Amino acid sequence: MPFKSTVGDYQTVATLETFGFLPPMSQDEIYDQIAYIIAQGWSPLVEHVHPSRSMATYWSYWKLPFFGEKDLGVIVSELEACHRAYPDHHVRLVGYDAYTQSQGSCFVVFEAR
Amino acid sequence: MSKKYDAGVKEYRDTYWTPDYIPLDTDLLACFKVTGQEGVPKEEVAAAVAAESSTGTWSTVWSELLTDLDFYKGRCYRIEDVPGDKESFYAFIAYPLDLFEEGSITNVLTSLVGNVFGFKALRHLRLEDIRFPMAFIKTCPGPPNGICVERDRMNKYGRPLLGCTIKPKLGLSGKNYGRVVYECLRGGLDFTKDDENINSQPFQRWQNRFEFVAEAVQLAQEETGEKKGHYLNCTAATPEEMYERAEFAKELGQPIIMHDYITGGFTANTGLSKWCRKNGMLLHIHRAMHAVIDRHPKHGIHFRVLAKCLRLSGGDQLHTGTVVGKLEGDRQTTLGFIDQLRESFVPEDRSRGNFFDQDWGSMPGVFAVASGGIHVWHMPALVAIFGDDSVLQFGGGTHGHPWGSAAGAAANRVALEACVKARNAGREIEKESRDILMEAAKHSPELAIALETWKEIKFEFDTVDKLDVN
Repeated sequence: MPFKSTVGDYQTVATLETFGFLPPMSQDEIYDQIAYIIAQGWSPLVEHVHPSRSMATYWSYWKLPFFGEKDLGVIVSELEACHRAYPDHHVRLVGYDAYTQSQGSCFVVFEAR
Repeated sequence: MSKKYDAGVKEYRDTYWTPDYIPLDTDLLACFKVTGQEGVPKEEVAAAVAAESSTGTWSTVWSELLTDLDFYKGRCYRIEDVPGDKESFYAFIAYPLDLFEEGSITNVLTSLVGNVFGFKALRHLRLEDIRFPMAFIKTCPGPPNGICVERDRMNKYGRPLLGCTIKPKLGLSGKNYGRVVYECLRGGLDFTKDDENINSQPFQRWQNRFEFVAEAVQLAQEETGEKKGHYLNCTAATPEEMYERAEFAKELGQPIIMHDYITGGFTANTGLSKWCRKNGMLLHIHRAMHAVIDRHPKHGIHFRVLAKCLRLSGGDQLHTGTVVGKLEGDRQTTLGFIDQLRESFVPEDRSRGNFFDQDWGSMPGVFAVASGGIHVWHMPALVAIFGDDSVLQFGGGTHGHPWGSAAGAAANRVALEACVKARNAGREIEKESRDILMEAAKHSPELAIALETWKEIKFEFDTVDKLDVN
C-alpha cells in the first residue's frame, strides 16, 4: 500500500476533559449549558485552579456552590468575577447532582491567560 | 397431621401448581417462557418446571417426608399467554429464599436453569426475567465501585465515556500493541480495551502486554493532561492466574482490569469483583458466549437476566449491545436491561421486557457499554439511547480512520462532545444528527474525514429476538 500524501499528522493536544475538543463557547452557548444545569435541578458551582495543578482532584471552590440559584445572570457574573480574580487560573462550571453525589456537568469556561 | 408415604409417580400439578399463592416479598420470582410437548396440559408443564428447578424429582421419594417440603418448594402461581404466540406461555414461579445460598449467583442459576432445561416434557424453555428479593440482593457484593466512584476516579463528568478495542484483535507483539493503545489515548479516548480473545498467547504474553500498555497509558496521560485507562484482560485458565494478573495490573498502577464473566464463570467473576473492591480497581466486564444463551426467542436465558446476575456478581461496566451497530438488540429491550444495570428501582414494564418490579436498594450502578460496528454517524443515536452513564466503544470506527487511530479517536471525541453540547442546549440530536455532526466537522478535519469515510456503512437487519407483542 503506497503512502498517500493526503494523510495528515495528528498532533496531541492538552485538553481539560469534557468539551476540551470543541472550540471555545460563545456567551449564548454558555447560557444554554447553565440553563441545562438548572433545568436538571443540579446546583451550579464554580471552581478554579492554576494550570500546573489542573489534574488535581480538588480545584478551589469560588465561594460556595450556588445551591438553589435559578438565575442564569447570577451564575454568569460569578464565573466572570472568578475569572477576574484569578486571571491566570482555569475556571470551570460544575452542575452538582446531590442525588448521585456526582457532577452531571463539568466544563472549563475560561482557560488561564 | 403427618403425611403418609405413597410410592409412585404423582402429577406435578398436584404439588407445584398453586394459583392461589400470593408471593412473598422475600420470594425469588421467575418468569419462564414455556413451550411444552404437544398434548401436555399447561398447568402440568408449568408445575414440572417449578418442581424440577426446586425440590422435585420425577418420582415420589420417602425421604421427602423427613422435611416440610411446603416450606421449600417452588410454586407456579400464574400462567399467561404469550402475545402473538399460540404454542408457548409464560409461567411465573415463586421460590422461597431459603433455597439459595447467600450471595451466590452460581447457586441461583444452578437451580433455576439447571436440569430443567433438558426436561423431556418441554420442547423449549426460556428464562425471561428474575425478580431478586431485597433480602437476597443485600447478601450480594455487587459492583466493586459503581458509576459514581468510577467517574470520580477517572475524572469524567457530564458525558458518556469513550473507548475502543485494540485491533487487530490477535497477533500484535506487546510493544506494537502498546503503540496502538498510546495512539488511541493521545487522540482523546478515555479508555482502550483488550479484545476478549487476548489472554496470554504465544505472540504476546500477558506480562509483556501489561508493561507496554502501562507505559502507553502513562505517556498519554502526561501529554493530554487527562485521566486514561486500559482494560487489562485478566481472564485466565485458572483463578490463581487470574489473580496473579490482577495483582500485576495493580502493581503497575493501572486503574482498570477486565473479565469475561460468562466464559470465566460466575464464581470467578464474583471473586475477582471482590478483589477489585478491596484493591481499588475498576472492573470492565465482557460477555462472550451470551448470544449462545440469549438469542433464541424460545430457549435459553434472556440477557436481562444475565445483566441482573452480573450486577449482583459484580462489575463496573458491562457490554449491552449498541442497538444501531453490527450486533443484535432492539431499542426497547436494550433500554429495559440498561435500566436494570443503572437504576435503583425499575418498575414492571412489558413494553421494555421487564416482567417484575425490581428494587435494587443501595446497590451501585453499572456503566452500560455499547460496542460493535459503530462509527461517528451513529454518535447522536448512541448518546440519545444510552445517555451519559455509558461507555461508547468504537473499534473499526477509530482505527479505520485514514490518518490512523489518534485522528480516529479525536474524530469520535469531537462528535461525542458536539452531541452532548447540542443535547444540553435542547436540540433533538437524533433528528438533527446530520447538522450537528457537519457543524462540528467545520472545526475538526479529523471528524470531516471520518464522516466521509463511513458515510455509507449501515447494519440494517431485522432483530431475531423481539419483544412478545401483538
